[in-house]
Amino acid sequence: MDQLQYKGTGSASGRTGSRYWRGKAAYLGVLPFLLLSGLFLLYPTWNVVSGAFKDNKSRFSTTVLKEVYRSKVARHAFANSLEISAKTAIVGAVLGALFAWAIVTGKPGGPLYKVSVALSSVLAQFGGVMLTFAFLATFGFNGLVSTLAIKILPHTFLADSTWLYGKTGLTVLYTFFQIPLMVLVFLPTLENLKPQWREASDALGGRAHEYWLRVGIPILTPSFAGAALLLFVNSFSAYATANTLINLSDFLTPLEIATALTSETGGSNPAEAKSLSLFMVIVVVIVMGLYALLRRRVSKWEPRR
Amino acid sequence: MKRSLAVQIWRWSIILTVALYLLVPLYAMLDFSTKPFGFADKGRTWRAWKMIATQPDLSAAITRSLITALIVMALILFLIVPTAIWVHLKLPALRRPFELLCLLPLAIPAIVIVVGIAPLYRWISINLSESPITLAGVYSMLILPYTYRSLSAALDAVDIHTLAEAATTLGASISRVIFGIIMPTIKTGIVNGSFIAIALVLGEYTISNILNFKTFQVVIAQIGRTNGNVAVAVSLASLLFVLFLLLLVPTKKRQGAVLDVDIA
Repeated sequence: MDQLQYKGTGSASGRTGSRYWRGKAAYLGVLPFLLLSGLFLLYPTWNVVSGAFKDNKSRFSTTVLKEVYRSKVARHAFANSLEISAKTAIVGAVLGALFAWAIVTGKPGGPLYKVSVALSSVLAQFGGVMLTFAFLATFGFNGLVSTLAIKILPHTFLADSTWLYGKTGLTVLYTFFQIPLMVLVFLPTLENLKPQWREASDALGGRAHEYWLRVGIPILTPSFAGAALLLFVNSFSAYATANTLINLSDFLTPLEIATALTSETGGSNPAEAKSLSLFMVIVVVIVMGLYALLRRRVSKWEPRR
Repeated sequence: MKRSLAVQIWRWSIILTVALYLLVPLYAMLDFSTKPFGFADKGRTWRAWKMIATQPDLSAAITRSLITALIVMALILFLIVPTAIWVHLKLPALRRPFELLCLLPLAIPAIVIVVGIAPLYRWISINLSESPITLAGVYSMLILPYTYRSLSAALDAVDIHTLAEAATTLGASISRVIFGIIMPTIKTGIVNGSFIAIALVLGEYTISNILNFKTFQVVIAQIGRTNGNVAVAVSLASLLFVLFLLLLVPTKKRQGAVLDVDIA
């Protein structure tokens, strides 16, 4: 019987060729995908990694890389990026995990659960321009909370909106999308906790806090840490929110990269952008490596989905 | 199950704290967008909401973003999903490399991809045309890890080898097997994947802003520079729209598959 060719990818039709060649021809099926990922994923990655070791005239040189490494501005931006990412990852992970626990202990599939999950899926993607507007409407000049604060708490930081446009403000903003992301990541883990463990602990006379201290928390720690690492990467790579909130081009590494790439004053410097990008990639790769190690621990008890 | 009062108090105070954190800014958006602006207004006004329709660049930007989303979905449906099935069915040796390739975007921040793609993008827009296709290509790579996760979960749950063999025995061609037999059985995974695609494309700012392509978010930011009230109204409207879409899609299995990215 005739086998139609699949999208011109050359999967051998039933009659031609030996079994061996038919087996090899199957590899042609991944060519279109390889082309797509080669063009839009592998080429850019290679371009950045190799470009970091070149100067702007595309000769091999490590000068730019060294300059960026020594530059005070770049170090400051990098430190800011790391600090904000670490803070929001920890705060987001703790609050998100607690919230996930609060949802799970409720009625499964109930309205609270459903709304929380749907809202989390939306808000986890809510970073960027719209998030900035939301917080400007809340804490910015003329915002909802700041207007209220001027009336009732005139001498607190809430009445003075300047805090929003700095590290504190960014931390608060980023945490806003970190919490829902944590809920999404951590909820399945909590749902996979076996009720038998709790029952066993109860049956042996364990109190609630003993269960959490000796069983619950030790079991959940790797997943929790893994999720926190994911959050770290999430805010480390974030650009949109910071770009619309803060007009300082050297405040965070992503902002610095964008400036180096598209500087409007004509001083665009692709080599610098690539060197900065390389340092970012190194951090992300290390963090994701740790994440992979943690997941391996987790998958011992949690079924992989 | 009966729970002690202390646990209940804890639970509700956590829920209230987080809900306050997440909902107050959303309410503030509604408040801000109905504030009077200009001299003619007194008290509350829906003028900002009415002005959404008359924003010059907005509808063009929405169309542009939706077209990009459509191209991304087409890439997922006709290229990424078939390839994943193909690898599962015919090339078990490639499963690991394929998985690694699909998860690679997790290690490459979007801003880094922009840096790498900028020369290629410039070349294409100068020599070919400034179409959303390049952008869609980049986006399809950005969501690849999520697409892959929801797909491979779905593919693992079904015995596609048996299905494929049965279909082939009954005379189905290989394209029929992929598009007519296997893809319908993993519909949920595909719908999930497509949904993330729409959400990502409508929310993406980093890449399109740097490449100077006026997508939805870029135009919202632009409106924000001239009229904050309208920008806030648009943001809230699009947020509510996505939330509404999400509540329509059955929530049963989605959250687990969407973000439980696993590179171990």
